[in-house]
Amino acid sequence: MKPIQNIWFKNSWFKDSAFLTFLLTTSVCTPLIGHAAEVSAFSDAQNIHIRQLAASCAACHGTQGNSAAASGDDGANAVLADMAPAEFTEKMLGFKDGSRKATVMHHHAKGLTVDEINQLAVHFSQQKRVVTTALKSQTLKADHE
Amino acid sequence: MSNANHFNRRDFIKFAGAAGALAVSKSGFARATKPPVGRVVVIGGGYAGATVAKYLRLWSLGSIEVLVVEPNSQFVSCPLSNLVLGGSKSINDLTFGYDALKSNHGIKWVQDTVTAIDASAKKVSMLRGELSFDRLVVAPGVDFNYDTLPMLASAEAQQQIPHAWKAGWQTVNLRKQLEAMPDGGVFVMNVPKAPYRCPPGPYERACQVASYFKAHKPKSKVIVLDANAEIISKKGLFTKVFNETYAAIVDYRPDNAMTGVDVATKTVSTDFDKIKADVLNVIPPQRAGKIAQIANLTEKDYPWCDINFLTYESKLVPNVHVLGDSVAAGLPKSAHMATNQAKVCANAIVQLFTGQAPDPAPVFANTCYSYVTDKSAMHVANVYRYDAGKKIMVSAEGGGVSMSPSEKEGAYAAAWAQNIWADTLT
Repeated sequence: MKPIQNIWFKNSWFKDSAFLTFLLTTSVCTPLIGHAAEVSAFSDAQNIHIRQLAASCAACHGTQGNSAAASGDDGANAVLADMAPAEFTEKMLGFKDGSRKATVMHHHAKGLTVDEINQLAVHFSQQKRVVTTALKSQTLKADHE
Repeated sequence: MSNANHFNRRDFIKFAGAAGALAVSKSGFARATKPPVGRVVVIGGGYAGATVAKYLRLWSLGSIEVLVVEPNSQFVSCPLSNLVLGGSKSINDLTFGYDALKSNHGIKWVQDTVTAIDASAKKVSMLRGELSFDRLVVAPGVDFNYDTLPMLASAEAQQQIPHAWKAGWQTVNLRKQLEAMPDGGVFVMNVPKAPYRCPPGPYERACQVASYFKAHKPKSKVIVLDANAEIISKKGLFTKVFNETYAAIVDYRPDNAMTGVDVATKTVSTDFDKIKADVLNVIPPQRAGKIAQIANLTEKDYPWCDINFLTYESKLVPNVHVLGDSVAAGLPKSAHMATNQAKVCANAIVQLFTGQAPDPAPVFANTCYSYVTDKSAMHVANVYRYDAGKKIMVSAEGGGVSMSPSEKEGAYAAAWAQNIWADTLT
């Protein structure tokens, strides 16, 4: 696990050394605290809105954009984590205005505002790329419903 | 509440302080050593229950204690379970454990059945004990209502005539009956009156059985008795598939509610007809899950739970939230929708525990695929946003369905399943 993400350093208050020590100590031993976007969300109404909207994309694009199954060479079910914001925005705006060929994504892009697309671009660019594999299935037990 | 548009350090320290000094347990997840800021009990480990448990832990940085009560030791996915009937999937492809979810997020788990909820005392009673909570999340799925079909209420009757509408052994049973049926046989199934779990599901099921018959038992028939006036999801697409791909097999009959069933002879009555089936599948009318009824989360004349769409808190019982198929909503009862509701609810509960307002305008997306053959699928996709005037989630403009089913979308649907399973269960 990577203890601290780069986003921490973008914030000026982070230069406060006492707080830096605090974060380093806690982050090293806690995977959960490494999620910068989630931590910041506590005090930021806009961020809690975007983290939940972004989490809605997980059904097709994986938790925090780490797709467990990109389905082909056409970019479907793409990994969104760590994607450059400009790439995300360009694709989504193309789906939205119809200039980019789509199978499913135009139905989502048209329903989002440009502002939401821009914020999602920033959100996903801040997510750490984690290689995620498909979940292993099991044999159904006899006592199940 | 902070008015800053970026990270607020003081609030973070406040929260991290509340979470306590964090330490790593043997299994590697963070665990609060100070008392948690609150305890949430989640009833049900389906798509909604598992998701709300995970995101409560993630978004509270482990500072909210989460206990899930679920009677089954395994998760069996309803999405894709119609493919078991078609023969291209096994139930063992759709069955998963909860271990990764529990250990990755420090979720406490109780395998038991809830028998009662005392919301004012904030207590849940189970067959083997009791739990207290600060907030309760109820995600019990649907309950089958056998009032109009009492002859199908028993386990014995369902052995003969399975519903297979909760994936599990009934799905396996129905597949075995289809395999044993001779070529030239008749499979009869129904579509219950809406709302019910998975609006396109019955029509997908008809396609899956027809796909199996077309390849292996081409003289056989699929009769679909729909209690609704018309196909209620992806209508144009399913109509085309019924009329073109399966014209010689599928006999679709709208406005044909089942009025009775003779279990011994597998004969179905409607207002117009009596039909004898070789294999019979009855999907009963549905209502909010049993525990939602027991906990008075539904009203007498309306069998679904009214909730506040900003928090999913019950409008009838404070501190109790309801998620998934039990929720009264003019929205599809789908797995993706259940996980969306769970995330809005988790977000709101974290805010409420820290004395802050929930997001006043949640937005989420729903993507729902239906397989019409073993490989081809089609979708309906929509963004939904909160309407502050109507106080409900309404579909945004721009949503829609596939031009036609395709193998490409079949691959997308398979990737959807892998991703939603991993998101829900790890």
